[in-house]
Order: sequence, then C-alpha cells, then structure tokens
Amino acid sequence: MDFLTILQILDSTVRLATPLLLACLAGLYSERAGVFDIGLEGKMLVAAFFAAALAYSSGSVWVGLVAGVAASMVLAALHGLASITFRGNQLISGVAINFLAAGLAVVIAQTWFAQGGRTPQLPSDARFGNIVLPGAESTIRGIAQQGPLGQIYSELISGHSILVYLSLALVPLTWWVLYRTRFGLRLRAVGENPAAVDTAGISVVGLRYAAVMIAGILCGIAGAYLSTALSAGFVKDMSAGRGFIALAALIFAKWRPWYALSACLLFGFFDAVGNRYQNIQLGEFIVPVQFMQALPYILVVIVLAGLVGKAIPPRAGGEPYVKER
Amino acid sequence: MDKMPKWADVVLIPLISVVLALLVSGLVVAIIGESPLRAMQIMLRGAFGSAYGWGYTLYYATNFIFTGLAVAVAFHARLFNIGGEGQAALGGLGVAVILLGVDWPHWSLALAAAMGFSMLFAAAWAAVPAYLQAKRGSHIVITTIMFNYIASALLVYLLVNVFRVEGSMAPESASFAPTTHLPSAADFAGGLGFRGSTPLNISIFLALIACGLVWLLIWRTRLGYEIRSFGQSETAAVYAGINPTKIILVSMLISGALAGLMAVNVVMGEAERLVLDFTEGAGFVGIAVALMGRSHPVGVILAALLFGALYQGGAELQFEMPAISREMIVVIQALVILFTGALDNMVRLPVQRVFLTLKRRRDRAAPPHPAE
Amino acid sequence: MTDAPAIELRGISKAFGPVQANRDISLSVARGTIHGIVGENGAGKSTLMSILYGFYKADSGEILINGNPTAIPDSQAAIRAGIGMVHQHFKLVENFTVLENVILGAEDGAMLRPSIAKARKLLTELSSEYGLKVDPDAVIEDLSVGHQQRVEILKQLYRHADILILDEPTGVLTPAEADQLFRILERLKAEGKTIILITHKLREIMDITDTVSVMRRGEMTNTVQTSRTSPAELAEMMVGRKVLLQVEKTPAVPGELVLSVRDLRARRGGVERLKGVSFDIRRGEILGIAGVAGNGQTELLEVLGGMIMASGGSVSLFGRPLDITGAQANGQSRRAMGIGHVPEDRQTEGLIMGFEAWENVAFGYHRDPKYNMGLVMDHAAIKADCTDKMARYDVRPPNPRLPARNFSGGNQQKIVVAREMDRAPDLLLVGQPTRGVDIGAIEFIHRQIIALRDQGKAILLVSVELDEIMGLSDRIAVMFDGRIMGERLPHQTDQNALGLLMAGVTEGAA
Repeated sequence: MDFLTILQILDSTVRLATPLLLACLAGLYSERAGVFDIGLEGKMLVAAFFAAALAYSSGSVWVGLVAGVAASMVLAALHGLASITFRGNQLISGVAINFLAAGLAVVIAQTWFAQGGRTPQLPSDARFGNIVLPGAESTIRGIAQQGPLGQIYSELISGHSILVYLSLALVPLTWWVLYRTRFGLRLRAVGENPAAVDTAGISVVGLRYAAVMIAGILCGIAGAYLSTALSAGFVKDMSAGRGFIALAALIFAKWRPWYALSACLLFGFFDAVGNRYQNIQLGEFIVPVQFMQALPYILVVIVLAGLVGKAIPPRAGGEPYVKER
Repeated sequence: MDKMPKWADVVLIPLISVVLALLVSGLVVAIIGESPLRAMQIMLRGAFGSAYGWGYTLYYATNFIFTGLAVAVAFHARLFNIGGEGQAALGGLGVAVILLGVDWPHWSLALAAAMGFSMLFAAAWAAVPAYLQAKRGSHIVITTIMFNYIASALLVYLLVNVFRVEGSMAPESASFAPTTHLPSAADFAGGLGFRGSTPLNISIFLALIACGLVWLLIWRTRLGYEIRSFGQSETAAVYAGINPTKIILVSMLISGALAGLMAVNVVMGEAERLVLDFTEGAGFVGIAVALMGRSHPVGVILAALLFGALYQGGAELQFEMPAISREMIVVIQALVILFTGALDNMVRLPVQRVFLTLKRRRDRAAPPHPAE
Repeated sequence: MTDAPAIELRGISKAFGPVQANRDISLSVARGTIHGIVGENGAGKSTLMSILYGFYKADSGEILINGNPTAIPDSQAAIRAGIGMVHQHFKLVENFTVLENVILGAEDGAMLRPSIAKARKLLTELSSEYGLKVDPDAVIEDLSVGHQQRVEILKQLYRHADILILDEPTGVLTPAEADQLFRILERLKAEGKTIILITHKLREIMDITDTVSVMRRGEMTNTVQTSRTSPAELAEMMVGRKVLLQVEKTPAVPGELVLSVRDLRARRGGVERLKGVSFDIRRGEILGIAGVAGNGQTELLEVLGGMIMASGGSVSLFGRPLDITGAQANGQSRRAMGIGHVPEDRQTEGLIMGFEAWENVAFGYHRDPKYNMGLVMDHAAIKADCTDKMARYDVRPPNPRLPARNFSGGNQQKIVVAREMDRAPDLLLVGQPTRGVDIGAIEFIHRQIIALRDQGKAILLVSVELDEIMGLSDRIAVMFDGRIMGERLPHQTDQNALGLLMAGVTEGAA
C-alpha cells in the first residue's frame, strides 16, 4: 500500500466523518442539556431530502442548505415539544421522529418528483463543490507528481467542501461555547441538575429548547452535506444509521467535543476502508462484502459494550424536569 | 383521589391519540393534493371490502400482533426493544433452516419445529443486546438498532451465498416441501369466502394464543410480577430480591422469541421460502402497536388490526392514487408512535382537566343539603 | 428604612387540584429576626415557601416585602426582591466547582472568565465576613454536606439576599455542624438579615428562633414568641392533640445471639463505604445506629438486606454464616431466612408506587406459597391478606385497590411496616422508619417496633434522627466514615456525646 493510497483513504475518512461529526456535535448539545436524542438520524434524513429537493428546484445549493436546516429544525422543535413541554419519553419521541422523517421524505419525494421516492440527480452547480486551497493541486495526476508534504496538503487538507471545514471549525467552537461562556455553563448545568438552574432563576425549558434547536441546525447541515456534497441527490434511507453511529461516537467521546472529533474520525476511517476494500482476502478466506458493510454497526456495538470503559452520561439526561413540591 | 376513571386512561386517551394521528395523516394527504376522505374510503374498502381484503388485513395483523407483543413484553420491563425487525429476520432464518434441513411428514410437526427454531434464533439475536445492557450498561435502544442492520447484512449474505438456488438470480431460498405448507384460511374458513390465494393461515390462531399467554405471563405469574416490578423501579426490584440481570435477559428473550414467531406466519405460512426483507418493517410497526395498545394484549390485538388494515388498505391506495407512496404507512406509524407515546401528556392533561371539572360540578350539584 | 416587616403575607391560598395546600395564610416577620415555621409533613410549609420563592403562584393573597406589595411570579423575581432559599436537597451541580455554582444564573456578562474572577474576590470577602470558609475551586461532590450547605448560603449572599429561607437545614448535619450553622445564622441576623427556618425539630426552634409559627393542614394555626412556649406545647399545636414525645418501654431483656457482624466491608462506585464494621444483636434488643446520613449506614442495611455485595468481612445469623458475596446474597433468600427489611426510602425501594396496595403487600414475598396457586399468583389471597393488614395497621384509606402513590407518606410507610413486621421476622432491619411521616404514624410505628422487640426479635434501627435513636434503642452504635466509632447505652449518654462521635471525634482523640 503506497503513501498516496493511505492519503486517499484518510481523505475519504474526513469526508465520511463529516456527517458523523456534525450529528455527534448535535447530540452533544442536546444531551449535555439533558435531552436524549435518538432522532438525529431522522433529522439528518429529512434535511438531506429537503436540501436536495430545494437545491434541485432552485439551482442553488445554499437555498438547499437553508431548506434542509429548516426542515431539521421543525423536527427538532417537535422533539422539544414532546420531551420538554409535554415531558414525554425522549426515546419514544426520537423513534417517532426517525420514522416520520423516513416516511415523509419518501412520500414527498414521490409526489414532487415521481421518481420512486428519490430526487433527480443534482447538477454540479447545485452541489457543494470542493474547495481547492491556494497552492494545492486538484488533479489526480498533479497530486501524484508532488512530494509527500505536497500530497498531504493537496489530497488530504485541500479539496473538501466548505461544510467539511465548517464542521471541523465547530469542534473548537463547541469547546469554547461549552467551557468559556455563560451559555455553556448553564447548558452543562441544566443537563446535570436542572433544579439548580431553575432555583437560580434561569428557565430550564428555554435552555433545553435552545440546545435542541442547535442540535436541529447541526443535523440539518449534516443532512444537507449527505445529499448535496457527499452524493448528488437524495435516495431513500440514505442516512443509513449515521445518526446512531454518531450517538455511539458521542458515548465513546464521553460527551466531549475533541474526543467526539476523534471518535467520528475513527468511525469514518472504518467506513472508508470498508468502501475501498469491498472484498478483503485473508489467506484462503475472503471476507464477504456484506461483512464490510456491517462493520460500522458491529463496531458501534463493540464500542458500546464498553471496551472503552464506563461512560457517565449527563446526570439529568433523559429525564423530563418536573418541579418539586 | 384518582384524576380520572380507569376507562378514560385505558380507552379514551389512546383513542383520542390515534384519531389525532389519523387527522394529521389526512392533513399530509391533503397537502400532497389528494382527498383524504377518498383515500380513507379506498383504504377501508381495500382492507375490509372483500374476503380478499380481510385475508390480507388479518394476515398483516397476525405479524403485528407478534411484533407488538414483543415490544410490549419488553416495555413492561422498561426496555425499549427496537430490534424486532432484526429478530424477526433471524426467526425467518430459523424457519428456513429447519424446514429445508429436515423432511417433514406432516405440517403440524413442521409447524412445531418451525415455531421452536424461529423463537430460538430470534431470541438468540435479542440475547446479545440484552446481555450487554444487563452486564455492561450498553444502551439497548442503540444496540438493537445496530443488530437490525447487522441482521439485514447477514441475511443478504446467507441468501446470496448459501440459500440461493443454483442457477437462480433471486436472493431467496428454495421453496419448502409441500408437506410443510400450513393450512390457509381457504382450508379452514373457506365458507367465509377466503380463496386459495389468501395469505391468511393458521398462524393467526398462534398469535391469539400468544396474546393469552402473554396476558397470563404479565399479570398472573410471579415472573410477570417481577418483570413489572423491575420495569417500574429497578432499585425497588433489587430491594425485593429480584435479579435485574435475569429480568433483562428473560424479558428480552421472550420479546425476541415473540418477534421471531412472525416468521412462521410469513416465511412458512405465506412465502413458503425465505426471501429478502420479508419482514417489511413489521418489527417497527410493533412499536406503534405496543404503544397504542398500552402494552396490553387486548390493546395489541386492536392496534394490530388497525395497522393490518392500514397496510392492506395502503396497498390498494397505491393502485388508485399513485401519487401517494407506500411510505405513507410509515408516516402514519410515526404519528401513532408520536401521539400515543411521546405526546401522551398533550392528550392526557386536558382530558384530566375535563374529568376534574366534571367531578367538581357533580360535587357542587349534589350538596349535603338540597337547595331550596 | 422603615419599621415595616421584612416579609408580610396576607391571605395566601393555594390549591393543587382538589388538595388545599395553603388556606388563607397570613404571617409577618420582622427584619433582623429568625422566624421558625413548624408543622407536620403535608402541613403546607414547603408550599408556602415555594410561593414566597416564586416556584408556585398563589391562588389568592398578597406578599409584601419591606412593606411594599411585591409580585413574585418566578424565582428571578424572588431573587430580585432579596429572597434567597436554601433547599433541603441542595440545588448544586455536583461536578461543578464552588465558584461555578455560585455564579450560575448570576453571571456577569456572556463570558465566564470575568465573572469567575469577580466572584472569587467577592466570595473571599463574604467568607471572612460571615465565617463561611470554603475552597472556591473545590468540586462540590468532594465537599462534605456541611460545606455544600455553606456553598448554598454563599450563593444566596452572592445574590444579595436579605431574606434567607432555610428548609430543614440540619437534616444532614452532625450536631456540631448544626451548631456551626446556627452560629452563622446568628451572625447573619446580627448583620440585619431576616431568616425563616423551616424544621420539624422542635429543639432547634427553641434554641435559635425569635418567633415561631405553627402550620397544620394548610393553615397557620398559631404564631408565638419562642420564649413563651415549650416543645410540648408546640407539638400539641402541630398535631392538634396531646402527643407523647417519648415512647414508653420496659428495659430490654437480651437473649440468644441473632446477628453477628464482623469486619464488614462494602464498596459503592469504587469507593469503600463500609470500612470494617463489627457488632452483635441479640433477641429482644434494639441496636440503634446513629450517624449523619452518608457515613455507611445505607450500605450496611443494603449488605444485610441482600441488595449489594460485601467486599469483605463476615456475617452470621444464629451462628450460621450468611452469604454476603454470592448467589444467596439477595433479598429473596434474606426474607426466607426470617430477615425483614423496612428500607430507608419507601418510595424508591420499599414500594412500587404504580402498584396497587395489595400488590405491594406481596412485594418481596411474592414467591411465598400462600400467595400462589401453582404456576400463577393467587390474587384473591393477596387481596384478602392486604385487607386484613390494612385493618390491623390502621392504613387509611383501607382500600387495597388504591395505587401506593395515592396514600400519604405515613400510610405508605404503614404498608411497608405491615408487610415486613407482620411475619415477626427474627431480625428486622429498619432504616429511617419515620422519615416524612406524620406524628400520629410515628407513634404507631415506634410502638410496633418496640412490640416486636418485646416478642424477642432482634432489631437493627438506622436513623439520622437522634431523638428517635435515643428513644427507641437499647444500645446505640455511632457510625462515621464507614466505621463504628463506639457503642453507648442510651441512659448513660447524651446528644452532645453522641454528636462528637458522629463527627468522628472519639474520647481518646479529644
């Protein structure tokens, strides 16, 4: 395996980790505020659809992004309504949102485009293009002729869509918000002990809605990335469990932003390897392609089985806040 | 003392929730540009208008009773088993293994074996997430979802590489021997108009028996008492000497086994071979069915019937209104889960208020001394 | 300023659904005084204070702060009006530092750093001014309860509270810590702060308050000068009849050795909570375990009750070893061996709140043959037994079909007591038997415990209420930091001596 191949795998690791990272950070905001969110998957999916649909019909990928984020925020608001306002079961709400998204996206796609629940292929100007950083090569041939440092720069660092760079920038930003701002202090407090926040005269409901809506925005970007950057259009169930993998990454990361980045890159890496090597031959035995496809899910189970030590979630997570008498 | 009578809790609230879910679904249909009323008509006619429709409706309902019971049993232990889909898929594998592997002289013996193997395989598939939840605290919601994906990949692999008939392109197993074919409704209820093509088979009686057994288990046996105790309060269960690991494992095994039984209805009773994605989302429908049925077997039967009708009616709808995708079912299912599960309080609180006001009015209307 | 009272309440009423929690309450507290509010559980004290702190909105009535009518729709408004509240269960974020907790909700701008710097300075000043020493960078979960309470008080002072409400502040403190708290309160009072102290401990009222109000069934029945009343009189006002503050009992006649605990150890969350506990209990005696909550009593009960595993040591029952680490270390086999257990927390342990009373009567004994018919449970038999127990243990309302959560605290506890004591177990483990229970039920439960002792049963009583320990025990062992600091006989010791042991001070060291 030569150096460039490794770089290519790492490059696609970054691409594949991006939606995971966005969803993982979404989950981080929500769960740090004490609202479990297994509806990341659905929010991404619905955003993927609306982003592709609007990008296609308007011809502008930015219109698509806004539409995707808006759609995701509607579902986020629904989750807030169920789990914050009406103190419902957060898991059930998340499951409902996942089905709602899976169903609605296809139903609307069918009436809108009549192509069996998918959007038409997006032309390249209705997609997020790759940004070639100054001084970087962008052709395969050009990169192949560079030295190792140049190859790293051109292949791995340059040539991603703006959303990739945005998601990477969100990691330090999230860290800063969480640990250096008043909002972050309150957010962490409401996930640990909402009663402390309430008696301090701050609205628990307001904080939790804010967190849930931030999660909606981030899932929206993640979904838009799926359909307008990673691929060229929406197909049924295209989120393919990424919302759940992001949740596993969040647990793996123990709800911390930098660890979230590492965890998502790890899952992205396995995804990239699986995509590149459909059949791996180990001596006489050929690893079947289905195994490589199932690998990310198997890894999630292994990670959750606690090969990484016990993760302690935010203490008030999953529990609706009820004032004590 | 109580805020409202029990019947309101058990019947009225789920009913209002389902009506709300259907109203919103109708809204979606209207937004798509079709008439919800006409869609409703088509669906009702499709589901109940003929023996053919009834056959499919009850056939689907049989699946949903099994998967609904599966979710319900886990719910009683406060476990959220979203893995019914994968467990049922493994159940199908069990059915195929035993029906293809052995020459069965009579369908009744084959049925017993298929039931055993479907339950065994499905329970085994549920056992891993259950064990991880009990011993390692791994979130069972996420692990069961992952096991759905893994099961799907596993079945694709097996159907393509192991079960596929030589020379065939279709990823499906060989057909089971005719001696294993279950009596269909045409055989035992032909007088009601069921024809040979109906998928409805004697599995529906198994489903009804399962309902009775689950009722007995949950509300009459010591194990059921322990499951319900654990579901309500784990610390109290430990205080009472109930072993949490045992309860998690046992209730998930039962849950998985019930989900697996739906394979008897589909794989053995209808397809008579193992085909790809035979579960058709029934494992997920089980969640809506259990929530709507308040995790009670009677509620599960009624909810399963509703979803059976939606599935069958939805298929008819697709012919008549091609603009409405079959995925509309998933939307309705999501809305039912949303309204009966997550938004329960939205319905409950106003209903409680109404009953409280009624009670106050009654108290005022009947003072100790009659007014002049 | 004026002579207007710091707080004046006029005609406050509040109902929760059909329950009238507060009825036409009027109260006036002068500035710079300590005012006590006593009353039984459910008398409406907490509701009244929650209204004052903006947690609930009164249905009718008026609040005047320093003579000005003040609307308090939420906690923010209460804080603005200069009201601070120290809740019984601290409202602290456990994995935050002291500083972070203090500034939460009172930050200075959107960035944290300047707020923290400012708070650090102010906190140092406040600490020295009021004698509230606490490390600003310590994480809350590492602090003792006494220090956590100081953080709560500092939090209020940081918000410029002039009126401080303390809800059952001494429940979790050693007598010495309670004394320190009272000195702090005296100092606050001297600085002109007004303090409202809610407690059920009459002794505290007598010690520290200037005036005291009594609440009963949602009404404020009396307000008196503390110097002109007595504990007995207050108790009578609270309950509405004469109360025996002490249960009468005959001296113990200890018999055969029942329970023998040697060097018992147990861990929780990686921390050793029992560090080698040894004691014996004989037939016909009550061993009281005194101590501040969280010093290992809970783990002791849980190991003996089979709820958690021990990590070392041995226990024997009638000379036979008791399994404390293996498969038999569970509540089922404990019950089969004749060990009854009234757990510390009836709501999360002793009862399933969503189960009906009759189902709870079988809880833990549901495998008993008399409750079963072959494979299935005999519901009729359980219901009949429940009806019978409800009558004999005076559970009200005597309705087996009522869910546990619909009974009052006292009646819930009577259900637990009936279930665990009616079988006359050879050994009874009792944790906080009268926590959150009204005085009538306290008397009843105390009499039951003594009656069981007089039948020749062994009883291990864990309570954080020293009065209860002193009143019931035949011997008293004091626990501190997972160890037993010493054993005393009740008539040869007093609260001060026990208090020192509870704080970990032994005579040798003192």
